[in-house]
Amino acid sequence: MKYIVGIIQPDRLDEVLKRLMDEEIHLVTVSSVVGRGRQKGIAEVYRSHKEQGSLLKKTKLEIAVNEAFVEKTVKAITEGARTGQIGDGKIFILDLQECIRIRTGERGGEAIG
Amino acid sequence: MMATGSRFILRSCTRRVGVLAWAGLPVFLAAGGAARAGEPGGQIAAVQPAINSGDTAWVLVSAALVMLMTPALAFFYGGLVRRKNMLSVLMQCLMILCLISLQWVVFGYSLSFGPGNSLIGGLNWAFLKGVGMTPNADYAATIPHQAFMIFQMMFAVITPALIIGAFAERMKFSALCVFTLLWATFVYDPVAHWLWGVGGFLRQWGVLDFAGGAVVHINAGMTALAASLVLGRRQGYPDGISPPHNLPFAVLGAGLLWFGWFGFNAGSALGCGSLATGAFVATHIAGATAGVVWALLDWTKHKKPTTLGMITGMIAGLAAVTPASGFVTPMGAICIGIGAGIIPWFAVTYVKALLGYDDSLDAFGVHGVGGIWGVIATGIFASKAVSPAGADGLLYGNPGLLWIQLKAAIITMAYSFVVGFVLLKVVDAFVKVRVGEHEERVGLDLTMHREAAYTVID
Repeated sequence: MKYIVGIIQPDRLDEVLKRLMDEEIHLVTVSSVVGRGRQKGIAEVYRSHKEQGSLLKKTKLEIAVNEAFVEKTVKAITEGARTGQIGDGKIFILDLQECIRIRTGERGGEAIG
Repeated sequence: MMATGSRFILRSCTRRVGVLAWAGLPVFLAAGGAARAGEPGGQIAAVQPAINSGDTAWVLVSAALVMLMTPALAFFYGGLVRRKNMLSVLMQCLMILCLISLQWVVFGYSLSFGPGNSLIGGLNWAFLKGVGMTPNADYAATIPHQAFMIFQMMFAVITPALIIGAFAERMKFSALCVFTLLWATFVYDPVAHWLWGVGGFLRQWGVLDFAGGAVVHINAGMTALAASLVLGRRQGYPDGISPPHNLPFAVLGAGLLWFGWFGFNAGSALGCGSLATGAFVATHIAGATAGVVWALLDWTKHKKPTTLGMITGMIAGLAAVTPASGFVTPMGAICIGIGAGIIPWFAVTYVKALLGYDDSLDAFGVHGVGGIWGVIATGIFASKAVSPAGADGLLYGNPGLLWIQLKAAIITMAYSFVVGFVLLKVVDAFVKVRVGEHEERVGLDLTMHREAAYTVID
């Protein structure tokens, strides 16, 4: 089992969700986050005072999958989120120790789907 | 006959210029006195001034409009602070609203407008003794005295609230309460008396301050500058301070302030007619002009016009036209608006950065500088053609008025700065005006009020 974290441009979310659905990946958690990378921030101006360290708005996806779905997930996120511009984001893949479905108590790969 | 004439004159002008209006008395008597003397009620008015329902309605509505400006200011300022300090700003505004309302009826109104000497009113009207429904012809001959009192109360309330902008996010709440009461008593009340009270020395000089350019804006602005020096910079200022947490709130506040400003300025006509209309028009035009000018300056310097810049310009324009609103033409209002867009913009952009003081929400930069410009500009653009109760300014061939206005501005600036500074130091000696480092980091909402403005979880 893997835990996939995707940081993408907020306006690409709908496209990524659609492609995940097409790959039959239903489990996903989405949050609004701010951060920075190579793109750096855009300096905001408030009464002529420039904010130096402003962070950019991004959307974060968290997806738990069985091994067979890892590449499909990566493909859906990459293709859905890519614009070719700097700032398209990152995907991180982590090993997932355990997954438990709260309603039934099922564990492991059974619980993910 | 005389008294009938005086009633007419007083109806058509403000108490701020009531002394000057007497100069027009002979002209009036020659022109229209005979006709009016025959009117029913004319002789009765000679004995007791008559209450005019239209004037009273407008002044009462105006008082309500000006009252709304303090909650409006709360949202204007509240939107500009960080999330953790939102409630503290709202609370400071509300406490000032309640506290000064009481101070005003107990002795503040009497000190400002009651019979006294050239520097301060006395205590004859303390607890509103004798301030009833009979009009006071010295101030407003056609409305109940209490209507004038409650209208003026709202000015006394919002003026100290403006100062919050300088010490936002770091003033201890108990210190704010004590300081506000002291400031209202030792700064607002005397300065209001100088310019507006019968016998006040600046009023006797013929200084024009229609609705409070000096009494409200210079007064609050200069004490704001003193406050930013006494309290010092916020931790992390300037680069470690997060941007305004809710600009839409600031826009809402600015919009309501503009709305309330019609009561502030046009209400200061203390009647409902041509003078109120002229002030209404000038107010609107100056606010609009300064908003555009500020946006253009931002556009030029920062490549983009900013929302915060636009609303800041609007407020600066409204503040600047306040002393002039009853005395200038619409074109004069445009000129005042242009100055109010440019001068405070430079103060906020360059002067603040250069000198390094942390006037957190630019109470000095916008109200102080805007007010100074407005009081001086009144000496330039005022015209007797607009209001015979006013005076001609520099543009109309009377440089003397500009000199008088300049002197009034400087005297008010010095007094508010020095006494404001001293009062803050006195309060500091007893209760410390600034919160502790930890409290400042955590935020005043939690540490001063045990509340949070926003929940994170449903």
